Amino acid sequence: MTQPSFLDLIGSGPDGWGPALAAAAMMTILIALAGYAIGMVFGALGAWAKIAGGPIARSVAGTYTTVLRGIPDLLVIYLFYFGGSTVISAIGHLFGASGFISFPGFIAGALAVGVTSGAQQTEVFRGAYKAVHAGELEAAVACGMPPFLRFRRIIAPLTLRYALPGMGNVWQIVLKESALVSITGVVELLRQSQIGAGSTGRPFDFYFIAAMIYLAISTLSGALLQFGEKWFTRGVRRG
Amino acid sequence: MDFVFLYETFVTLISAIPTTLQLAATSVALGTILALGLALCRLSGIAPLDWFARAYIFVFRGTPLLVQIFLIYYGLSQFRGVRRSMFWFILRDPYWCAIIALMLCTAAYSAEIIRGGLLSVPHGQVEAGRACGMSRFLMFRRIVMPLAVRQSLPAYSNEIISMVKATSLASIITIMEVTGVAAKLISETYRAIEVFIVAGAIYLAINFLLTRIVVLIEYRLSPHLRQAPSLQPVAAGEMR
Repeated sequence: MTQPSFLDLIGSGPDGWGPALAAAAMMTILIALAGYAIGMVFGALGAWAKIAGGPIARSVAGTYTTVLRGIPDLLVIYLFYFGGSTVISAIGHLFGASGFISFPGFIAGALAVGVTSGAQQTEVFRGAYKAVHAGELEAAVACGMPPFLRFRRIIAPLTLRYALPGMGNVWQIVLKESALVSITGVVELLRQSQIGAGSTGRPFDFYFIAAMIYLAISTLSGALLQFGEKWFTRGVRRG
Repeated sequence: MDFVFLYETFVTLISAIPTTLQLAATSVALGTILALGLALCRLSGIAPLDWFARAYIFVFRGTPLLVQIFLIYYGLSQFRGVRRSMFWFILRDPYWCAIIALMLCTAAYSAEIIRGGLLSVPHGQVEAGRACGMSRFLMFRRIVMPLAVRQSLPAYSNEIISMVKATSLASIITIMEVTGVAAKLISETYRAIEVFIVAGAIYLAINFLLTRIVVLIEYRLSPHLRQAPSLQPVAAGEMR
């Protein structure tokens, strides 16, 4: 049997893993997007608690960011994956089911990535809010805007403008963290490469192509983010 | 809450702390040397060196660390040349593969931190050194390096902490450091939440101590920020 060449391996021919890798890359993007969206929610709540919350909300948010930024992401994924299974098995027992019910890896992974990135997002949003000029907020009050309108028209757009660079960094971190979700068995890019490496005995080729796909995704999304930054700061004077 | 179980977990996990610390310390130490080389390449003004360092940093910052670990540990064994080479005794050992991957990865991040620190050294200081007749190496050792170290220390402490967190990935290639032992305990006992609490507390304690140590070093390195009694004193921690 002749060894298929590298190009055969990543192509869509009979020996090709191209379609499988493309689907896995989509899965990676999907996990990253889901995790990022969850992180945005946690980040917004955390920043809100830190900026406007009472002493209890502030200390909860403070503990959240300290803890989640101080422990490894892998540990958090283990917690959600195995802990989630324990919890739903217990719930299953209440309803008469028996045995071990496993928690879906995608949900566990997205939640874990979301909770960890939410801690970073909290700091990004908080820093961005601090960068908004107090004068602009006062002007909104002076115009007689009610709080919600003020948030929608003034606070949210200005905070997001300052937060964009930091949010871009968090996105890049989330994208790379999504590789850890492979331990839950979700067939994303790294898991698919493991499968390919195992069945062809060509680990280097598969991990190399996985690395290149990650690089391509992060470069492309980096360019998009830079464009977005330019677009949303087009009204800002430089210098 | 089952305190006996928590205590037993704690005792089991404590035995794995040295491995975690060794992994982090070795890879940070080796990575810093590599990072210094990369930063000097970036600043050398020699185009091939500059482009090499740029490409290196781009690749290692743009790909997940886990993929890098797999490439080195599983990937390199694909080549017969590597398996027969004199380096095989290192490259077949998961411990050294983890250290190599962590080192290569942290070098890419630290290189940019060091470059920023080197660029932040004021021109006047360099000119003063030159005016005193210092050689390039002496000036680098006495003037540029200490100032750059002081400047980049806060960012560097973040990098060290993320390296401590990154050592957890070594558990995926069978190294029994804190996360590895924790994962084993979880699969033996199905008590993910308790094990997570203990393991998380250990990492938090390590990282807390590390930040304190760096703040202390920063305080020692910046006496010029403390000695002016007429000015508002600036605490070392507020520099960042």
